[in-house]
Amino acid sequence: MKPAPFGYARPGDWPEALSLLRDGARPLAGGQSLGPMLNLRLAQPATVIDLRHLPGFAGVAVQDGYCRIGAGTSHAEIEDGAIPGRLGAILAGVARRIAYRAVRNRGTIGGSLAHADPAADWVAVLPCFDGAAIALGASGERRIPLADFVLGLMETALRPDEVLRAIELPVLPPEARWGHWKFCRKPGEFSKATACVLAVPGEPPRAVLAALDMPPLVIADAGALLAAPEAEAARIVAGLALRDPWRAALVRTALHRAALAAWEMEE
Amino acid sequence: MTAVGAADAPPQGVGASLRRKEDARFLRGRGRYVGDITQAGMLEVAFLRSPVAHARLLGVTKPEGAEDRVFTAGDLLGVGAIRAASNLAGFRVSEQPVLARGKLRHVGEAIAACVAPTRAEAEDLAAACTLDYEELPVVTDMLAARAPDAALIHEHWPDNAFLETRREEDLSDLDGIAAAKVTRRLRTARHCMAPLEGRGVLAEWDPRLEQLIVTSSAQMPHVIRTGLAEILGLDEAQVRVIAPDVGGGFGYKGILLPEEVVSAHLAMRLDRPVRWIEDRLEQLTANANCREHHYVVTAWADREGRLLGVEVDATVDAGAYSSYPFSACLEAAQIGSIFPGPYTLPRFRCRTVSACTNKPPILPYRGVARTGVCYAMETTLDALARQLGIGTDAIRLANLVPPEAMPYRNLVGKVFDSGDYPEALRRAIACFDLDRLRARQAAGEYVGFGLGIFCEQGAHGTSVYHGWGIPMVPGYEQALARFTPDGGLELRTGVHSHGQGLETTLAQVAHEVLGVPTARIRVVHGDTALTPYSTGTWGSRAMVMAGGAVAEACRLLGERALAIGAVLLQAGPEAVELAGGAVRRRDGSAAVALEEIARTWYRRPQHLARDVDTGGLEVTAGYRPDPDTGTHSYACHAVIARIDRDTGAVALEDYVVVEDGGKLVNPMIVDGQVLGGLAQGIGTALYEEMPFDAAGQPLAGTLADYLLPGATEVPDVRLDHMETPSPWTRFGQKGIGESGAIGPPAAIVNAINDALHRFGAELTDLPASPARVLAALEAGRRR
Ligand SMILES: Cc1cc2nc3c(=O)[nH]c(=O)nc-3n(C[C@H](O)[C@H](O)[C@H](O)COP(=O)(O)OP(=O)(O)OC[C@H]3O[C@@H](n4cnc5c(N)ncnc54)[C@H](O)[C@@H]3O)c2cc1C
Repeated sequence: MKPAPFGYARPGDWPEALSLLRDGARPLAGGQSLGPMLNLRLAQPATVIDLRHLPGFAGVAVQDGYCRIGAGTSHAEIEDGAIPGRLGAILAGVARRIAYRAVRNRGTIGGSLAHADPAADWVAVLPCFDGAAIALGASGERRIPLADFVLGLMETALRPDEVLRAIELPVLPPEARWGHWKFCRKPGEFSKATACVLAVPGEPPRAVLAALDMPPLVIADAGALLAAPEAEAARIVAGLALRDPWRAALVRTALHRAALAAWEMEE
Repeated sequence: MTAVGAADAPPQGVGASLRRKEDARFLRGRGRYVGDITQAGMLEVAFLRSPVAHARLLGVTKPEGAEDRVFTAGDLLGVGAIRAASNLAGFRVSEQPVLARGKLRHVGEAIAACVAPTRAEAEDLAAACTLDYEELPVVTDMLAARAPDAALIHEHWPDNAFLETRREEDLSDLDGIAAAKVTRRLRTARHCMAPLEGRGVLAEWDPRLEQLIVTSSAQMPHVIRTGLAEILGLDEAQVRVIAPDVGGGFGYKGILLPEEVVSAHLAMRLDRPVRWIEDRLEQLTANANCREHHYVVTAWADREGRLLGVEVDATVDAGAYSSYPFSACLEAAQIGSIFPGPYTLPRFRCRTVSACTNKPPILPYRGVARTGVCYAMETTLDALARQLGIGTDAIRLANLVPPEAMPYRNLVGKVFDSGDYPEALRRAIACFDLDRLRARQAAGEYVGFGLGIFCEQGAHGTSVYHGWGIPMVPGYEQALARFTPDGGLELRTGVHSHGQGLETTLAQVAHEVLGVPTARIRVVHGDTALTPYSTGTWGSRAMVMAGGAVAEACRLLGERALAIGAVLLQAGPEAVELAGGAVRRRDGSAAVALEEIARTWYRRPQHLARDVDTGGLEVTAGYRPDPDTGTHSYACHAVIARIDRDTGAVALEDYVVVEDGGKLVNPMIVDGQVLGGLAQGIGTALYEEMPFDAAGQPLAGTLADYLLPGATEVPDVRLDHMETPSPWTRFGQKGIGESGAIGPPAAIVNAINDALHRFGAELTDLPASPARVLAALEAGRRR
């Protein structure tokens, strides 16, 4: 379980990082997914680009009703309140349930999204917000709606010559309701079913169903789910035609309980 | 003469909850494990392992230019195969090549050893080898292993079984007289033991001593030494095995490893220190080797729940080879002798099979066969109780060996030394408000209460093991005790302490006998060059056996000190006594400290009497309890489980263990042993499972897939102790090291079934994963 030989680059600015990327190097953020993949020799890049020393890789800024979260912001920073307001409280609650603190200290929100494991927490939760992934390429920044970012198992809308620079989410009013539920048997086990529901006053409520071995399923208008959580969850999940009855039960439960939690205004 | 006052320090002897001496280094991260030890010029080994479960191995192509750094079976001249026979009638012994020869019999079997200055480079070499093999049909299911069309794993065998045992008894009349009869088919899942530290070996040849020095993460260094010497063709004196700090054993390290043999051979051949450190991937893919049992149990009872007879058909998946020294049959064959459990079973029929499959070879895991047996017996008893409409407590009380029958010989000849089994059950139940639980159930809650009671034979000796006829039979356990010239006490023991706290408890035993403060006692273990022979630490034996041996060595040492002390006090032998770390005149007029006596023997011999015992202040003594059939500790586990009916998840609301380990040498350490074992038992009950696909591939390759219980999964357990001394051991202590791991699956699944049966559902297979619980509920709904 030792990696195959690889080169290590630590660019000091973004243009240098992008030029390394064009040469086929692999970005490294917190290393909490790439590290194991290197050790298991599932990934054998010639060069790894350490993004962690790039200016503005981590950090949070709020402007024009949007919160811009640097891709390199760690789960732990989010857990500890790096993001202000209601949005921050919601995301802190999600971050707290990712693995355990040692993983959260290093793992990043951008790394998690770019890794695109359908069971990962950020992958599941972020599409619930009407936000965007900010990709950086040679021609500058590009906005990719979060609902369209993860395309499949470990597959994203990023082009090979782009890095994920930041995630932009709308600032939420204090009354925004939120429900989030995931099933895992112990911390650090990947979720077997995740659902979340966001209801912002004046907007149609949104819901996401994830950890399905496919890209997260975004329910753009989840009004019916909030009105009749149990029946609507059953209807939606029946439509997925999941083969494993246990997984189907979990997914149904996830959606049902996330909706109930949104009513109870958990977090 | 110095006057020595009686010490009024806190107690340090047998029964004191002394803090563990070894923790000073462990808590500071200063333990020294194989992975911490390096030697100049050392090479690291990576093994090329079999990617398939069953194949004919046609060839290995070494990377070009690296032919002298890659070694296959054909390169290991003069190295034998590992053989662990048993003299049980009909046992078939396998030849386990240390590197695959001709055939591949399980995924992860070592094929080639690649050496390089670093492990990463060694892995590069392994990755660059190419394998030529022809796949064969795979045997993954122990029940199908003996089918007539099953591929033969050892081709000269008539079928895929190491051993079949039978205990016959005609039970055909019971159907006519029993008030209740149940039959259950039960399964436990294959595990991969997971000590924090994996295996590891560092081998080197010392030309000065003409000795092979093997530093290994091992539980039984002396047995490994014998095995290595035999297989490498060396004199045993030419092999020294050192087991430094070992980060957990549990049976995983109670084995002569193929990797040990290969590393040792390469060290001699290359004349360089050679090290292999197992990583988690190797561990999970090549070593899921225990706990997989299948039972068909039928039990008959009368109206009061008294057992009339039990019939068991048990199969154990023993994997591809017979491991040294415990062999492939120990686990299955034991089922025949321990299934009756703590009960007065009148009639018993039992057939066991040690099935041979394309899986890693079986090793005994903490609890050994008992965890599965307790699960099978206890869940069957609950099924009987439900059928009879009596309480699960009542059916046990109707069958438990009563205290007045102790010592009790059961129908298969096991002798229980002492204890009050019914009292353990009553105490456990008294910890719960069961009326409240029944009210919750009546209100529709998915909650249940479960019991599991068992006894654990530990420290069983010669009279038990000679019958198995495996490569190792424990005899007299020896310990050496000696005073150092400054009056400190050194104990040398062949058992190894890897979490059991023996550096503390053996010091407590010595303190009890000699009065030397434990701070001045050192326990030396883990080195065949420094310690007397011992079969090592396994079978919950160390505290009984090594504890007894240390006590005996210290007693004899005390007599010698007494004789010297008497001379120094100018008193007759009958006028002095040993107390409080000094030899004292009985009339209290004078005393001489043990330090002074030691100084006299070593450095002022002119003061010794002419007729002094020339053995001096160093004694090796042997010990074996009489009878040596083993102690029986016992415990009752009781638990309330709550089930999430939507997801099948099981939560343990409240867990109680009432345990009787006889006289507890250090109650705090016993608590730790029970709790640690209990965590593993919870793993067996709810989490641990290595699934294999139809091609024999293990499917859980990381600890994200192979779930181990952690701090968040183990509830706060309420522990209660009874202390019924064993009449047969030095202080009345009993072996208790495995106990915690035995009870949980039985108690937890009984609790689950108590919740489920009202919905027509019952669980039979372990672990009780959410998917299985939900499937059981679903099946109940359809019924
Ligand atoms: C024991 C353990 C338990 C875990 N449990 C959970 C859990 O419960 N829930 C959960 O969601 N996650 C879990 N994880 C994963 C963890 O959250 C990781 O942090 C995350 O998946 C990856 O983030 P990272 O910063 O470590 O990325 P890295 O591992 O550095 O990179 C991951 C991948 O993304 C690419 N990448 C990284 N950053 C960028 C970027 N800015 N632009 C483009 N590509 C990029 C890399 O090239 C790589 O392919 C766990 C991890 C471990 C080790």
